[in-house]
Amino acid sequence: MMFAVSTVAILATMAMAIARALLGPTAFDRTLGVNMFGTATVLLIAVLGFLTGRPEFLDLALVYALLSFVGTIAILKYVRYGDLGTAEMEPIAEEGEAVQEGDPW
Amino acid sequence: MVIVDVLSWVFLLSGAFFMVLAGIGVLRLPDVFSRMHAAGLKDTLGAALTLIGLMLQAGLSLVTAKLVLIWLFLWFTSPVAGHAVTRAALASGIRPILARRDEVRATPRGVVREEAVSESSSA
Repeated sequence: MMFAVSTVAILATMAMAIARALLGPTAFDRTLGVNMFGTATVLLIAVLGFLTGRPEFLDLALVYALLSFVGTIAILKYVRYGDLGTAEMEPIAEEGEAVQEGDPW
Repeated sequence: MVIVDVLSWVFLLSGAFFMVLAGIGVLRLPDVFSRMHAAGLKDTLGAALTLIGLMLQAGLSLVTAKLVLIWLFLWFTSPVAGHAVTRAALASGIRPILARRDEVRATPRGVVREEAVSESSSA
């Protein structure tokens, strides 16, 4: 019963994070929403593992925590540099000046 | 053991409460920097309380060790991700909505106050 309550709360949080990711006027609001959705997914997998009585789900939760963190950093690197690869990269906007009004995409 | 079950309920319910609070905060707050506060609330308190509730339910076993590993990883990487988002937002020119335009200039090293910069350069 308590796992069901926790699952409903985590699902509500995921819905709100997705709403922010869809609504957010800038790319950073969207990145924030996606990062929040990722950590909520980790907790949901852990609680579902307890709900169904299968402790193997915790390995999935650990791997997904790693993947979502790397994905968030990769998104931010792409927004800043326009590229994911080389060592000498220039940021695509001068420091302190907006790329454009509102959404940097 | 009834006391462990009651404690586990308390932790899971308070973790759920903080997560819903963080979700409402991310929807209702006006600016990306204040939304970052709400998201950080979820990453630390929501995750920690929920995972402690699950650990009490599992007792002392390998399952608890894995939950401790998940907790440690979330604890150390959520502030890094939050700081990266905020620093990237500041570097791309987005300014806090509560800062006054005439006295705050946003740089990646932080928000710099204009009169402090001019004082240090003239002193």
